[in-house]
Formats: sequence, C-alpha cells, structure tokens
Amino acid sequence: MPSEPARQAAPAPSGAAAARPPLLRMQGVDKVFNGDVVALKGMSLDVREGDFISLLGPSGCGKSTALRLLAGLSHPSRGRIAWDGGQEEGDLGVVFQEPTLMPWATVAQNVWLPLRLRGKSYAAVKDEVLEALRLVGLEKFQTAYPRELSGGMKMRVSIARALVTRPRLVLMDEPFAALDEITRFRLNDDLLALRDRIGCTVVFVTHSVFESVFLSDRIVVMAARPGRVIRELAVDAPYPRTDAFRTSAEYAAYCRDASDALHAAMGDAA
Amino acid sequence: MTLAERDESAASAPTIDADERARRRARRLERVGKWVLPVLVMALALLAWDRIVVWNDIPHYTLPGPGLVFRTLIEDWAILFDALLVTLQITLLALLVAVLGGVGLAVLFTQSRWMEMSFYPYAVILQVTPVVAIAPLIFIYVDSRIAGLLICAWLVAFFPVLSNTTLGLNSADHNLRDLFRIYGATRWQRLRFLQLPSALPYFLGGLRIAGGLSLIGAVVAEYVAGTGGIGSGLAFRILEAGYRLNIPRMFAALILIAATGVLIFAALSLLSHLMLRKWHESAMTRER
Repeated sequence: MPSEPARQAAPAPSGAAAARPPLLRMQGVDKVFNGDVVALKGMSLDVREGDFISLLGPSGCGKSTALRLLAGLSHPSRGRIAWDGGQEEGDLGVVFQEPTLMPWATVAQNVWLPLRLRGKSYAAVKDEVLEALRLVGLEKFQTAYPRELSGGMKMRVSIARALVTRPRLVLMDEPFAALDEITRFRLNDDLLALRDRIGCTVVFVTHSVFESVFLSDRIVVMAARPGRVIRELAVDAPYPRTDAFRTSAEYAAYCRDASDALHAAMGDAA
Repeated sequence: MTLAERDESAASAPTIDADERARRRARRLERVGKWVLPVLVMALALLAWDRIVVWNDIPHYTLPGPGLVFRTLIEDWAILFDALLVTLQITLLALLVAVLGGVGLAVLFTQSRWMEMSFYPYAVILQVTPVVAIAPLIFIYVDSRIAGLLICAWLVAFFPVLSNTTLGLNSADHNLRDLFRIYGATRWQRLRFLQLPSALPYFLGGLRIAGGLSLIGAVVAEYVAGTGGIGSGLAFRILEAGYRLNIPRMFAALILIAATGVLIFAALSLLSHLMLRKWHESAMTRER
C-alpha cells in the first residue's frame, strides 16, 4: 500500500515543458520477468523534445528496465511505448554505466561504429567522427586505444559515440556512477554544455539526488517492489547551469524535495 | 666539489632511492637469468650425460654420449632433414586444417544453436577418443598415406581451436551486444565487428595448444602408419633406427622433433603477441 507522500504525488510537468512537442510516449507499461517478478508497474512517461529527464530511485526500482524498454532492447509486457511520428535510423544514442568501448579499436574507430553499422566508410564520415570527438574534447586522442585513457576519458568517448549520429534522444544509464566526484562534476558540466550546443533530449538514470537536480528539468522519482513512478518533480531553474547554481539556495531546496521524495520511495519499499 | 655543486647535481639527476635500486637490480637479474639459467642447466645435463657414458663404459648401442648424437645429427643430416620436412609438412597442413575447421565450426555453432546442439557432442567424442585407437581404421579406409596422416593430426589438433574460439565468440561484452542491437547491426556485422575480434585472444590461445598437438598427432599417426615406403617422416626414422639398433640416430631424430615443437610454440607465441600487443591485457607489461 502506498504511503502518504506517494498518494499526494501527481505528475506535475512545468508549463514550459508541457508546451514542447512530444517525442516519445510510455503508456501504462508493465514489465514482468519469469511470469511473476514485476520489474515495472503502470509506468507512464511523456518525453518531449528538449527534455532532460532523470529517473531517480533506489536499486531495484526498475529505472534501468525502463531505459532498456525505451531503447527497444526489451518489450513491455503490457502497455505501449511509441515514438511520436516513428523512430528513424540514428534517432537514438545510448550511454551505458560502463564505457563499453571495443578494446581492439582506436578511439576514432569506436566513435565511427554507429555509422559504420549503417554501411558508411570512415572516409565518408570522418568529419562527423572528429566533430563528435571535438564536442567531448578528445580530438587529440583519435588514434589512442581505450586502455590508454582514464575512466573519465573513456566515458567521454562513449558519449561521443552516442552523439555521432546526431540523435534526437540520448539514453544514459548511470554513466558517471563509477567515476570519482571531481570527474563526475566536470562531466556533468560538460554534458549540459554539450546539450546546449546540439539540443538533444536526454533520459538519464541515476541514484544521485544531486546529479539529478543539477542536470534535469524533470525528475521522475521511482520506488521498488514493484518498480513504479511515485513522483514527478519539475526543476524550473534556467539553463545554462553553472557552479553558481550548484551552490545556490534554490539548488538546495530542489535537492531537499528530491531527497524527501526518494526517502518516501525507500520507506515504501522497506 | 663544493656543497653547492653537490646539491645542484643531486637536483638535476633523477631521484633513485634504495627501493628503486633494489627493483632495478631484480629486473636486471631476471632479464639475464631467464636466458642464462636454462642454458646452464642444459650444459650441466649434457656434461653429466657425457660423464656417465664415459665413466661407466656404456656401449653406444645402449646409450650414446651427447657428442656421438651430435655427430650423427650432422652425418645423417640429409636423411633426417628430408624426414623433418615430411613431418613438418603434415604438422603445418594439419594445423591449417584445424584452424579452418575449428574456426569454421565455432562460427557455425554461434550462428545457430541448432547446429551446436546437434554437432557439439560429436566434436567432443572425436576429441576424447585416443587417436592411436582410431588411426588404424583410418589407414584402412584412406588410401593416401599423406591424407591419413593429415586426418589423424587434424583430429588431435582441431578441438582446442574449436572450443576456445566458441568460448571467445560467446564472450563478447553484453553491453556491446546491446549497442549493436540498438544500431540495427546485421548478423554478419555483429560477427565481423564484435564477435571475431572478441574471440581473437581466445583463438590465439587455442592455436598455441593446437600447434603442439598437431605435431604430436603427426608423429603418433606416423607410428601407427608404420614403415611405409616413400615420404617417411621423423617418427618413421625413429622406428627404423630402433629396428637397426641405431640408437644415436634415434636420439638425433628425437632432438629434431623436440626442437620443431619448441619452434612452433615460439612462432605462434610471437604471432599472438604481435596481434594483441596494441590492446589486449595479456600482451601488456605493467610497471609494478
């Protein structure tokens, strides 16, 4: 039975977000494994053009399952997921928790992969590949092998690979969870700067309250057993967000809100 | 030298403390010892062998001394070298077929679960049945001696390639597999850009084992095939020399077989190193 805060929770997207054209819609999606393990129950989510949505929740709340469903890697047991106007080749970029690079390929070859799988020769897309590397600040490392890079740099390559097709939607599954805090802050800043420049929509899975508040304009708080959405928070602070935002009272207030919602979610699960 | 001068020279030279000196000494010793120690052991063994033969007046048809073996190796070089070429030819051909067959089957198995379920058990049966037990049958049904030898050597050598490559093809990173799915990769693209490169280190490990095994297979098959006219390899020379109590030649042929095995292993190790050195952990040297 849901606890008090959960019942009050009502999806409350901000006015600005509601005005944007829709991109992807999840409606009443259930995901059940092995017939009785309910990973996700009745999840609905409207992703609109330009959104930065964080899925925030404790482990086991189905946030990664939701991301896999959005990526088309698995299919809902009930309900539906549909791209508004259909999904086209290259519309989707994905960044996993690990950098997931091919160790036998150079940085440039790794970034080339999504285009290579569409039959494009390196010569034909060299500019796109180098541009993607420039976006993440690694153009000097195009001939390096992944093992020569630090954890943060590998993650940048992974992001460059996700962006090389100029996707409309980028899905990120706790991409910075394994990095140290200093590197994570820098990558958060860089991620926002990147999005500013190329204007893609992001759905970002995280278990960090601070990260979700800093990055997103909507936070979807999820609870476990069964995985479900218990609250949607709008973060109405304007972009670009900088260190000034990170130390502001406004940021602290949003963090408290998100933290309370997360506590409700955890309490619910216990 | 004044105090100031000494200070300056200390500042410009790299700082080498006691730990670092000990580490360097250990590294240097290891580098030298790796070559010197085996050679030293070999020299001592040869000396002991020689002394035992001389001091006990052992006749050369029982145990020839190392000097006599070495002389035989040179005197009989024409015969032994021809035999070596035959054995080497069978070995390398068998290795080639083992690689083609092993990799081909492994790819087939990973492309189709049905294929794997149907045929993998038979690959295991072929592997666990001792080749000496099958060889006589093979020589009954196969007319060509070379073909018979090749089949025997292949039977011994293909399995490590098959099982290692299968393991490698299946051990591609699952997130990368997902990524390939998201980008709509075809089966062929997944095989070529993901599974084959992932399998390379495993395959090369299997190849090193298969190299030694194909030599063993070739030699064993020759024993089974017995004394048979032209195109006789080293194993046949050993058998023949044994019948004639030409013990020095037996030793000489044995040395050639062992040397061939070592050479094959070294060549395949080098190949493996060259192919993996840019990216694979096994080919890295790390600072301790």
